[in-house]
Formats: sequence, C-alpha cells, structure tokens
Amino acid sequence: MTEINEPANNASDVVNGAEPLLKLRGIDKHFGPVQALYGVDLDLPAGQVTGLCGDNGAGKSVLTRCIAGAHQPDHGQIYFEGHPVHIRSTRDAAALGIETVYQDLALADNLDIVQNMFLGRERLRRGLLDEDSMEKTAAETLSTLRVTTVRSIRQPVASLSGGQRQAVAVAKAVMWNSKLVLLDEPTAALGVVQTRMVLDLVKTLRDHGLAVMVISHNLNDVFEVADRIAVLQLGRMVAQGPASGFDRQSVVEYMTTGTSSGRPIEPAGSAQ
Amino acid sequence: MTAGTGESAEGTAVDLSAAPKAATADVPPELLAQSLRQYLRAWWLQIRSGNSGVLPVVLAIVLVGIVFEIITPEHAFLRPSNLVYIFGLSTVYMVLALAETVVLLLGEIDLSIGAVALFGGVIAFKLVQQPGQDWPWWAAILAALVICGLVGALQGTLVARLRIPSFIVTLSGFLLFSGIIVVILGGADGNVSVSSTAPNQRIIYDLVQGLIAPIVGWVVLAVVIVAAGTAMWLRAAARRRHGLMAPPAGVTALRIALVAVVGVAVVAICNINRGTLIVSVQGVPWVIPIVLVVLGAWAFLLQRTRFGRYVYAIGGNPEAARRAGVRNAAIRTWAFALCSATAALGGILLGSFFFGQYSTNTADPGQLVLYAVAAAVIGGVSLFGGRGKAVHGILGGLLIGGIAYGVSLLSLGQLATPLQYILPGAVLIGAVLVDVLSRRGAGSVTRV
Repeated sequence: MTEINEPANNASDVVNGAEPLLKLRGIDKHFGPVQALYGVDLDLPAGQVTGLCGDNGAGKSVLTRCIAGAHQPDHGQIYFEGHPVHIRSTRDAAALGIETVYQDLALADNLDIVQNMFLGRERLRRGLLDEDSMEKTAAETLSTLRVTTVRSIRQPVASLSGGQRQAVAVAKAVMWNSKLVLLDEPTAALGVVQTRMVLDLVKTLRDHGLAVMVISHNLNDVFEVADRIAVLQLGRMVAQGPASGFDRQSVVEYMTTGTSSGRPIEPAGSAQ
Repeated sequence: MTAGTGESAEGTAVDLSAAPKAATADVPPELLAQSLRQYLRAWWLQIRSGNSGVLPVVLAIVLVGIVFEIITPEHAFLRPSNLVYIFGLSTVYMVLALAETVVLLLGEIDLSIGAVALFGGVIAFKLVQQPGQDWPWWAAILAALVICGLVGALQGTLVARLRIPSFIVTLSGFLLFSGIIVVILGGADGNVSVSSTAPNQRIIYDLVQGLIAPIVGWVVLAVVIVAAGTAMWLRAAARRRHGLMAPPAGVTALRIALVAVVGVAVVAICNINRGTLIVSVQGVPWVIPIVLVVLGAWAFLLQRTRFGRYVYAIGGNPEAARRAGVRNAAIRTWAFALCSATAALGGILLGSFFFGQYSTNTADPGQLVLYAVAAAVIGGVSLFGGRGKAVHGILGGLLIGGIAYGVSLLSLGQLATPLQYILPGAVLIGAVLVDVLSRRGAGSVTRV
C-alpha cells in the first residue's frame, strides 16, 4: 500500500500516442437552467502533468468535480485505463485511484501529520489504532516524495507552513496507490519559495508515473510544470495539447476569447 | 529541483523548511529532543509561547491549597480529613468533567449533564430499593447508565441529524430532567436514600464512603505503579528501537517517577488516621480507584481507538472528517450518549458522597453543569473543539472541588453560598480567556 504507483511503461506509451489514463468524451453538465460544461473532451495521460486553465466561471471546478466523483455528468463518457467507467461518488473515484487535493486542503489542524494522512483509513491492530505502522508508512511516503524537512511527522498540522501543508495534503492523496491526482490551485496561497517547493513536488509525482492535473490561474506555474495544457472557456474546451504548442499570449487569448490568432492547436470538442 | 538542492545542506531534494521560526515553540517537546536537557528546554519554550498543557492547572491547584491553608480558620484546609473529603467531592466533578470533555472536543456543549447525572443517580438509588423485588446493585447502576445513555443518544440525534444547536437541545434537556428529578424525589422537599446496613444498598453507599484497608491500599498502589511503569517504559523503548517518535528515556523515567510520587502521596494522606482516638478512620476511599478506571477508559477510548481519533478530527475540521469518510453524525450521537452515561455514574457517586442520600438540597443540577464545564475547561479542554485530554478533566475537577470546599470552610455566613458560584465562575472565565488567547498566539495547538 505504501509505494507510489510506478507503471513503468505507461509514460512512454503515452508519448507514443497510446491510450491516456483518463479520457473524457462529450461531458455535459448543467445545474438547473445554467449549462456549466458543453461536450468537454479531455485526456490525462500517465506520467504527465496537465495544466487546466480558464477564467473564473469557465467550468474548471465543475469539470474537476465530475472526475473526482463529487458531480455526475449529465451526458458523455469517462474512460479510465481505456474502459468506460461511472464515477458516482468520491469513493468510486478513490477505488479507481483518483484523488483530489482541494484548495482548502481538508486537513484537521489539531491532528498531527500521520493522523491527517490516515484520517478515515486508519490501520488497526487488534481493534486499536496501529500508530507504529501508520507512522512508518507516512514517513516512507513523505521521503518518497522527497518531503524531508518537516521537523517531525508527529507535529500538528497547524504548526506547518503553507507549502508543508500542501505537501502533506498531496502525500495524503498519493499514499493510496493513486494513479491520477487532481490539484486545485495548489499554489494559490503560497509565497515564492513555497510555490517552488510545491511545483517540485508536482514534478516528483509525474516522475513516479502518476497522471497529474493542476488547475491554476497562475500561468507562470502552469508553464513551469505542465507537459500538456487544456483551456476551458465558458464551459467549452477551446484548446488542448502539448505545452510546447502554447505560449502565454495564446493561452490568455483562448481563456478570454476562445480562439487564438497564433498557431492553431488541436481544437478539442470539434474532433470525434 | 534547483532551489531545493541550493538550500538543503545534505543534498536532499525538496526543502520545505521555510516554516517560520516561531513554529519551534509549537512542536511537542518530545519530538525535538534527544536528551533530557533538550526536552526540558523545549518544554520551557512551549510554556512561554502560551501552550503549556497541564502546568497552569497544576500550579493553580498548588496555589489554591496554599491560599486556603492560610485563610481558613485554624489553618484546617490541608488536614488529611479535609483533603480526603476534597478528593471525594472532587471525584463527582472529575467524572462529570470527563463526560463533558468528549462533547467539548467535538466543539459542542452539553448543558444537561448535571440534570442527567442526577436523573441517573436517582434511578439507581430507587432501583436498589424497590417496593417489590430489589434490583442487585450492579443491575441498578447498569440500568441507570443505559437509560441516561439513551437520553444522551436522543439529544445527540437532535444535534447531529437535525442540526439543532447543542446549546438549545441540552438546555431543554437540563430543564426537562431537572423537573423529572423533583417528581421522582417526590416533591420539592423529597429525598431518596440508600441504607448503609442493607448489603445490596451498602455497595452503592460505599462507592465514595467505603474505605480500602491501608495495607491493601499500599499493595494495590505498588502493583499499579509497577505494571503501569513497566508498560510505559517498554512501549517507549520499543518505539525508540523502531526509530519512531518517542520521548527520551530520561523523560519516560521522570513521568513514571511523577506518577509514583503522586500515588504515594495520595495513599499516604488517606492512610493517616483521620478519626478519633477511639474510632480510627483511615484508608483510601473506593472512589479513587473507580475514578482512575473511568479516566483510563476515557483516555484509552480517545487516544487508541478510531472513535477517539474521529472525535478529535470532527472537533478540528468537520469538513475534512466528512470528506475522509467519517460518519460525523454517528460519531456525534455516540459522543453524546457516552457523555450522558458517564454523567450517570457521576450522579450515583454524588449520592454516595452525600452519605447515600439524595435530596433537592444536595442536588443542584445547575451548579453541577457549571462545575463540570468549568472543570474541563480549567483543566485545559478547549471550548472550541479538538483540543484537550481526559486527564485535564481530572485536574480541573480537583481544582473546582478544592475551591468549593475551601469556600465552605471559611465560615463566611451569608457570603458562603454566593461565593460558591462566584469563585468558580471567575476561575472559569479566566480559563476561557487563557484558551482564547492561546489560540490567538502563533498557531499554537495542544497535541492530542
């Protein structure tokens, strides 16, 4: 249960154009009269970081919640590892290996790092909490992620810095054999140094073969870590492709107008 | 990884050490220290940062002892007979504070605790002396705990499922059961008492009034210290061996020594003859080991089980607990049920403390609530949820018991009754101030 998933071949497969880990096709979602997503397609390959960009209200959160199981799409199909799946709850998502780190991190300040990482999934021995085993596993996970500088994993989360809290939340998410990690605005509340730490952590996840989706307003961060970029505008996926095909200018144009005067990128939504 | 390698000396990759320096003081001392000296220094740092654990309440207990010894007539406060009386009185507040602690940890409050405690006590007292067939003492106690547990479960359900504020639900419970008790007691002047001569009722009478023979007290103490000390030592040693976080050996030894010293002091005080030359009265009251068992059970439940972990998690961040799959409503309901069941035991002890007699004079549910909440908060349990331990209720209960009895010794005449409310009230608001101010301090959090 402890190791970060390392599907050795997947990473290269994706590069060769093989099946992405998660594939969304034609996702529609509306809330009452408000249409939030229009036929969204999205590919999240293993071993790559996908940056999801979009202005406020573009549908980033709704799309994330559809993948995380918090919302169910009205139409459209989700494929996981090539198979069609229905993600009806966060539990379903966790069973597939999809974990979400929300912006508020969902950590209990009064509990220590180990207790937070195992919250809801405590290990028991003869009916009692098995603190020793949990502490060991948590320490191993943190060192796998190269989060080596928390002073003690028995310190309460309240005493951690913003970057350390983010690291604990990410470690909590990837400890469970997860294959896909969704990070919602992971650097929003962080200073320069802390942001750098978290971005390095995202790269470490990718290097371990996980698929990572980073939702961010901050284009600097997106261009720093993303291998692929997807842009939502008013509920439509207006552009998607390798990060090398974008520059800051084009992403901003896609976010605001839905088109770009520059080089055209594989316009998602029109295909299939 | 450029920034990481640049900053960390050993070439470790991601350096998240940008935590502010102030955080040093918030880390529990045993996590940092390798030696006894370092441990004490870290502890001192923590105290100065306003995150001092049980130290303030221990100091307050010492202070109360000294002050009342000076100001009571004939300097009687610290006489063995008075100290044993305070132990007995305090155990009631201790048990109620333990009960209140689990609800406070959730960030809720139970105002019905005094009334429910008396309700449970009256039930048990009635059942052992039915007009028809008497219930055996253990069945009567069990029935009282179960009935009060159901009352608590009902209140907990209203709080957890219907989202009614616990303040309102338990305030209603307080009024409701305050009235029901008067009905059971048979009117405003009614009372119910157990006889110290009937063998079945004698057990209930003896819960607080019964004494353990001095020699037995010493033997039990020795066994407990050796067993607990060995367990503490072996556990800490095993954790150190596996490279897990554990206090240094010196600290473990110090803790064991501290437990032994307190135990010896209590047994020694209780074993001094506090009777007359003709009738000797000596020995540890039964209630002391009983309270220690209740403390052990609650500490075990809160620290070693999933239920306890979830109570802390809900108190710290209910949304995080919910997302982690914790069934918040079920945990809340259980917490209220266990709180009320524990309170029932406190009620039975209260009747036993008043020489087996319940009357509307000795039993004031409002005062009991005040004292129970005050004891827990003074001991170090946060009113805002998520912080506090079982042992805090024990220390707070002793402090409240000491103040309550000290005031009654002062022969203040008309002032005595108001002061029994005013003093604990003043101490409570002081403790809440400390709680609030320490939360404002730089992210300081008591370790759970």
